[in-house]
Amino acid sequence: MVHVKPGSGCGVSGTETESDVTLHVNGREHQLRLDNRSTLLDTLREQLELTGAKKGCDHGQCGACTVLLDGRRVVSCLVLACSVDGAAVTTVEGLSAGRGLHPIQEAFIAHDALQCGFCTPGQVCSAVGLTAEETESPAAIREAMSGNICRCGAYTHIAAAVFEVAAAV
Amino acid sequence: MTLLETTVHIGRAEPRLEARDKVTGHARYAVDHPIPGACHAWPVPAGFARGRITAVETEAALALDGVLAVIWHANAPRLEPGDDPNLLVLQSPEVSYYGQIIALVVATTPERAREGAEAVTVRADVSPPDSALRADHPGLYEPEIVNAGYRGRLDRGDFEAGYAASAVRVDATYRTPTEHHVAMEPHATTAFWERGRLDVFDATQASSTVRETLAALFGLAPQLVRVHNEHVGGGFGSKGMARPNTVLAALAARCVGRPVKLALPRSMVFALGGYRTPTIQRVRLGADSTGRLLAIGHDSISQTSRLTEFAEQCAVVSRVHYAPPNLTTSHRVVALDVPPPTWMRAPGECPGSFALESAIDELAVAGGWDPVRLRIGNDTDRDAEGRPFSSRHLVECLREGASRFGWADRDPRPAAVRDGRWLLGTGVAAASFPAITWPSTATARATADEHFEVAVNAADIGTGARTVLRQIAADALGCDEMCVEIRVGDSAIGYATVAGGSMGTSSWGWAVTKACRMLRERIDREHGGEVPPEGVAVTADTTADIAAREEYARHAFGAQFCAVRVDPETGEVRLDRMLGVFAGGRIVNPTTARSQLIGGMTMGVSMALLEQTVLDARSGAFVTADLAAYHVAVNADIPRIDVTFVPETDPHLNPMGSKGLGELGIVGAAAAVANAVHHATGVRCRSLPITPALLLPAVPG
Repeated sequence: MVHVKPGSGCGVSGTETESDVTLHVNGREHQLRLDNRSTLLDTLREQLELTGAKKGCDHGQCGACTVLLDGRRVVSCLVLACSVDGAAVTTVEGLSAGRGLHPIQEAFIAHDALQCGFCTPGQVCSAVGLTAEETESPAAIREAMSGNICRCGAYTHIAAAVFEVAAAV
Repeated sequence: MTLLETTVHIGRAEPRLEARDKVTGHARYAVDHPIPGACHAWPVPAGFARGRITAVETEAALALDGVLAVIWHANAPRLEPGDDPNLLVLQSPEVSYYGQIIALVVATTPERAREGAEAVTVRADVSPPDSALRADHPGLYEPEIVNAGYRGRLDRGDFEAGYAASAVRVDATYRTPTEHHVAMEPHATTAFWERGRLDVFDATQASSTVRETLAALFGLAPQLVRVHNEHVGGGFGSKGMARPNTVLAALAARCVGRPVKLALPRSMVFALGGYRTPTIQRVRLGADSTGRLLAIGHDSISQTSRLTEFAEQCAVVSRVHYAPPNLTTSHRVVALDVPPPTWMRAPGECPGSFALESAIDELAVAGGWDPVRLRIGNDTDRDAEGRPFSSRHLVECLREGASRFGWADRDPRPAAVRDGRWLLGTGVAAASFPAITWPSTATARATADEHFEVAVNAADIGTGARTVLRQIAADALGCDEMCVEIRVGDSAIGYATVAGGSMGTSSWGWAVTKACRMLRERIDREHGGEVPPEGVAVTADTTADIAAREEYARHAFGAQFCAVRVDPETGEVRLDRMLGVFAGGRIVNPTTARSQLIGGMTMGVSMALLEQTVLDARSGAFVTADLAAYHVAVNADIPRIDVTFVPETDPHLNPMGSKGLGELGIVGAAAAVANAVHHATGVRCRSLPITPALLLPAVPG
């Protein structure tokens, strides 16, 4: 078991095995006392009932848990929640909250860029993060989307959806 | 059976109904449901493949904060004996495969459950396993019946004589490795008991079957069990029946008296979720000097487990694609200390077509024939058992594909075309998959405001089942589809067959059609065409209708065309483009149909170039049990795949005239890639995957 002393390391308070962490998730502030071992993914899913991000491998190898952390895409299964105290997190649920769908979400529907849908939240978040990364050529976009596995094989449609939105940005 | 005549909605390209829920993260899978008081389970897998547990030390785990229970065979509730020993979890000290579950820790959080599992100590008497498949294994035997009910051996004419009399012959042995489904949602279950009733949210392709299985194992009346599978994160066969996770979760929930969530860690899915057996297939082909096939021999070897028999039906494809006068097809299996293999996308046809369609390409090269024309010249209107095909448009698929792909411009010589340092090649293969229909029930309900609710216990595992079933229902009712609400994914709806075997749309769609027609008729006959205030409901069962069909060989067909480039300096193979032309009866929804076929072809490319589970024969363990070691195709691997359909009308299938498409796309795909690699390099790869390590020593510089 990992022990983080109160006030050490990531600068959060708590007990030997727990930390007090503030997360800004989809624009809402959450003050949480978390098991130091809790990943950002498990925190979102088990504490905040945000089950859009999925656990496909828990090893950062499939991308199903991709969320935006301070605007950058990360695999949330490899992020310890107490290490990102104070961060802003956007999950797939936050992309469309209170307004219409994000253009990436619209494009995924229009291109049928999903089948079982389990990887889709990660694909969508990854694509949204990607549009801020100045990746332009189709080959570069396919490469940059390659951390998100889709076993149903919707890659050609996912790429088409991302090309369309990237070209419009 | 009457075909649906007026089809306004069938045939229309439509987005899938649940797409919005999926792109916003609101679609809930097996462990996404907010269940108050739910706790978490973490399994303890066996670290050996053959042995007997002598002790499970649980004190250290139980002493941990938050750990509620450690369940193992000495304290687990007893299950009723069932016909799948792999589901009799935590009942016995015997271990039959590496990764079999020995104990289950239940705790208040996932972190605590995992810590608890690591604190459990298992003691066992362990024997060296016999886990490696080989062609000379003394335990090989020939089962009479193989998977899907096929006869293990089917011969016709005199193979040896026909083969001996052939002017051109091929005799080659092909190998495919152990492969895993890797559905993105690991096997997962949420289970809870309430007043003697069991509810589970399960990652399953078959909630009706899981309900019956759980009822039998726990000694319950089936109506006391309800299985929900509203959304399923892929299956590809691995979720085609109850799996150990389902039973473990139900067992744990009973033990702790609270709801339990069990999501298998990805590493454990490799042993517990099933896999495609490795195969060793000898194919012998003989043709006369004009390219007419005189003899086909297809002899397949695969493995099964000591717990259950599973015999992959690789050679059945050689009973369907061509019809030589002389044929021999056989299957042998050996029971090893391995996890039970299971169905994986196009079991039989997928690995079988790699062997047969590679061999046909070898025959074309040996005889100096064009591989498209060679296939066209060996078309047949009957299968090897003499049954006429209900419809077969393989020739049309090959012709249409050759035309669209630009096959006529192909230089048949291998290693003749370069683009810079890359060697370029193209390949073709035929595809087929049975068009199966299985009995199901469906209920259609009308309300007084001309609204219809149609319920069928389909599972939408990414196929678009909801969407196409609503299209079918609307046409059967003769109303706009906006007036139809479709409900799937709940065993309480009533029995319906598995989302597998490419039989979903055909089976569920027929039940939906029948229920909707009966509903219309009842409204007209009993209520004068007006729905009364209390509404009208009808339930239909298609068992008798399906039994009454005439005897036909029912299959979908297709042609796969593939262009690859090979780097002679590294041995790397890259897909340039792929085209699949398919004849699948009436296409209910071109959007979801294309997606499914492209998905199958994508998995076929992945199979050809990347996928391989490595088993350590000393321990019996799958050592590539994560997604860094088990490679599947990613976006950069699949630059372009096109799918097109050949029109096909078939009155012998079901009222929609449709054939299943879920598996057809992977059949022949790996052979098309391997044939293209041969054309690019002159190197024949008879083992998958085609890795640089395999290719580089042989490829010309």
